Amino acid sequence: MRSVPVAFHPLARLLHWLMALLILAMLFVGVSMVADLSPRHTLLISLHKAIGLALLLLVLVRILVRLTLPHPPLPSDLPAVQRLAAGASHWLLYALMLAMPLIGWGMLSAGGYPLPLQLPALLPHDLHLYALLRKAHGVLAYVLFATVLIHLGAALVHGLVRRDGVLRSMWPGPLGKDQANSSN
Amino acid sequence: MSSPLHGRPRLLRLAAIGLGLGALAAGFAYAAGWIGAERLTPKRIIDTFEAQAGHFPGYRKNHAKGLCVSGYFQGNEQAAPLSRARVFSQPRVPVIGRFAIGGSNPYSADTSVPTRSLALQLSSDDGQVWRTGMNTPPVLAVSTPDAFYQQVLAMTPDPATGKPDPARVQAFFAAHPESAAFRQWAKDYKAPDSFANSTYNSINAFALVDAQGNRHYVRWSLVPQTPFAALQGQVDDREFLQHDLHQRLSQGPLRWTLRLTLAAAGDAVDDPAQQWPAERRSIDAGTLVIEQVDGPEQGACRDLNFDPLILPSGIEPSADPILAARSAAYSESFNRRSREATASGAHP
Repeated sequence: MRSVPVAFHPLARLLHWLMALLILAMLFVGVSMVADLSPRHTLLISLHKAIGLALLLLVLVRILVRLTLPHPPLPSDLPAVQRLAAGASHWLLYALMLAMPLIGWGMLSAGGYPLPLQLPALLPHDLHLYALLRKAHGVLAYVLFATVLIHLGAALVHGLVRRDGVLRSMWPGPLGKDQANSSN
Repeated sequence: MSSPLHGRPRLLRLAAIGLGLGALAAGFAYAAGWIGAERLTPKRIIDTFEAQAGHFPGYRKNHAKGLCVSGYFQGNEQAAPLSRARVFSQPRVPVIGRFAIGGSNPYSADTSVPTRSLALQLSSDDGQVWRTGMNTPPVLAVSTPDAFYQQVLAMTPDPATGKPDPARVQAFFAAHPESAAFRQWAKDYKAPDSFANSTYNSINAFALVDAQGNRHYVRWSLVPQTPFAALQGQVDDREFLQHDLHQRLSQGPLRWTLRLTLAAAGDAVDDPAQQWPAERRSIDAGTLVIEQVDGPEQGACRDLNFDPLILPSGIEPSADPILAARSAAYSESFNRRSREATASGAHP
């Protein structure tokens, strides 16, 4: 029988925290650039496209890592409702992490905009499609921010109130020896 | 592993977590401009255009009345030492363009508006795209987006006359001495009788970047090869310029010379209100040839955003704050009209 880990693989933790920082930066850059008309706007737009592309590559690696490496189970005493919420919010996070950069790419294609690095257009130049995707990109960004807040809140409750090892399993630093090796 | 907290320590920690999340959400709201001091945003500028001229779903929110054209640009390699952009060395670059008159009302009479514009997209064979929106004035009356907004407000039509209040306009110019070059131009300007014999100016400065990475600041103009003729007094045809363009293009292509004017050290490259001295060196970089015109608001230009910051490698923006603001506002206008087209099928 394969031993069940108590913590995520270091690669999974690295990806998690790297993407966490980039996604938060992206959300703040995105929401401020659309309300900005200073030369900062120009800079933020390029930054937004560059980070978006990086996040698309990172999420592909991350999905692969999630599917192949073993990961720690949730605590056995977690109520069914919370278990369900944890599952659903993680599905939503993965779906949004994958969808947001693709929608951004598709939206620029549909708007007839040139693409960074001369990437190919994902979709034909179509104003209706552009309107739809532009709307989706904005709305889903709010959904993503809300989901990130809930995720962060839940992680802190696990770490500071329930103290059940869930936060520790994704801890960015090295874990204590006893915890890294033990299995429950 | 520690045991779960209960009672007062549990409440305290839950409150701290709630506070932390609230702070993050507040930071997000601040970044979005939902809280904090009111700022000038692209949305507010476009809202003001619509408040003044009316709401015309599906149309561009400024320079609303225009028509699509197509043709090509023939570079002569004179600008190739200054910019590595392929457009300056490629023999024939396909062009999509749009002639328009200023203002946000797509039903204005063509000759009722002094400002005319030409927007272009040049697509070179290396996959790069250059979009530029040019206007008949060589300079703006203002140097900053905030002053531009004040100018728009000062030009608000008086409900009684349908025209801006002269006293208010005068007060604006008095408060903005940087408008001197623009006022001088407006005083001397004689409107030509056609889109074909109008000069179109980039207004904002850009940096040409050569193969060694050196930057050369320029403004560009399209100088007509069609001879000047002044617009005659009373014009009854509301579509005068459009009919004229159709008529001329049915007889043959129209040509403009792309003239790049180089800034000297000390010239204002980030201030669209300041004219550069007339003796500045200029380079004729090639010829724009317009061959075809489509119906009003029909054709390939309709669904393009002529964002002046869509630039090929070899041309870069200057630090001009109005250039950045134009890009942001065009984007808002494009988003809005695309939404309107989708929501209500509103198409020009």
